[in-house]
Amino acid sequence: MSQVVLDKLRERFGAAVLETHSQLGDDTAVVDPSKWKAICAFLRQDPALDFDLPVDLCGVDYPDRAPRMEVVMHLYSISMRQRIRLKTRVGDEDMAGAELDSVTSIWPGMNWLEREVFDMSGVHFRGHPDLRRILMYPEFEGHPLQRTYAADRTQPLVPYRTEAEAGMPLHKLEPFGPDEGMPFGRMPPRPEDD
Amino acid sequence: MGDVNRSLTLEGSEQGFATTKVDALLGWARKYSLFMYPFVTACCGMEFMALTSPRFDVARFGAEAPRFSPRQSDLLWVVGTISQRQAPVLKRIYEQMMDPKWVMAFGTCASTGGFYDNYTTVPGIDKIIPTDVYIPGCPPRPEAVLDGLMLLQDKIARNERRPGVVKPRFDPAHNVAGLVHLRRSATDARDLVPALRDKEAKALAPHGGREA
Repeated sequence: MSQVVLDKLRERFGAAVLETHSQLGDDTAVVDPSKWKAICAFLRQDPALDFDLPVDLCGVDYPDRAPRMEVVMHLYSISMRQRIRLKTRVGDEDMAGAELDSVTSIWPGMNWLEREVFDMSGVHFRGHPDLRRILMYPEFEGHPLQRTYAADRTQPLVPYRTEAEAGMPLHKLEPFGPDEGMPFGRMPPRPEDD
Repeated sequence: MGDVNRSLTLEGSEQGFATTKVDALLGWARKYSLFMYPFVTACCGMEFMALTSPRFDVARFGAEAPRFSPRQSDLLWVVGTISQRQAPVLKRIYEQMMDPKWVMAFGTCASTGGFYDNYTTVPGIDKIIPTDVYIPGCPPRPEAVLDGLMLLQDKIARNERRPGVVKPRFDPAHNVAGLVHLRRSATDARDLVPALRDKEAKALAPHGGREA
């Protein structure tokens, strides 16, 4: 049904709409990051589109793709009862150039969502009023949902008690063994396991 | 503390009297007046509410009164996942409590971090503060928590500070005969000869299968 939306987008922005995809009433447009804000403003302001509800914004890391970080936005129009998924791809393998225009001036509700994407995936939003971490603490280094963030890297705020201090073993069985759970390796085996 | 530990005997009375040790008396008194500080962070809080409501009634154990000031409480209930971001808060609450103080790790997340094996979660509160009793379960049933509370009371009465773990009342691994096992080959002897299977089950059962 909202194939109409994709048609309007293609008609208005032409080559800036890189790909489109429709399946079972789910419509996706992959767009040029430099036109991100203009496309968002168009989706919000055009009376036939009227996407007034920002549903979600998230980052997806594909480390083997050329623009590495995909930013995915879900929008809903309450009046027109239609949805669209908007994607764009930014950042090279070192996350250089992972920047987008902030759309908080179009949807104020995008404020915290953009902060979350910044915190988790490391995408910077130009013109965001308050781009700070929102889930992790300020002392945290790196962005945990980037695939280059080691799965077993923790950054405790409180130094852990030592076993001498506790007088008991603190190294309990992990929920996943080294060869289970996440495929890219866990903590190295302890010497007493050999 | 040497003087306090010696047993006190009173002279005189022909009607008889009780003798005890001061620390045993103190332990007995303390174990029924636990003022709790609920540090509830996650879904285990639902079981905690069940525990404190009349159906399971933690008041039977003299441990029902919550105090939302750490200065006035002796039992810290850590109920739920502790994230790295929350760890300084938990440590501070613990440090603000007056001695003597005890800590319960309620549920698997508080005890070990549970399956949150990543950047967000403290892998067990004992990495940060000393812990007296661990109650496994996701979430633990209120009965398991009451077991843990009785374990803690026993520890208090004995003036024992080593940690304790609540054991499951029923361990399915003990019921070997009732479980399916990996079949090593299509003609596994255990499937063809039931007597062999029974013999194996008997050997694996607790007490060498002498009971039952």
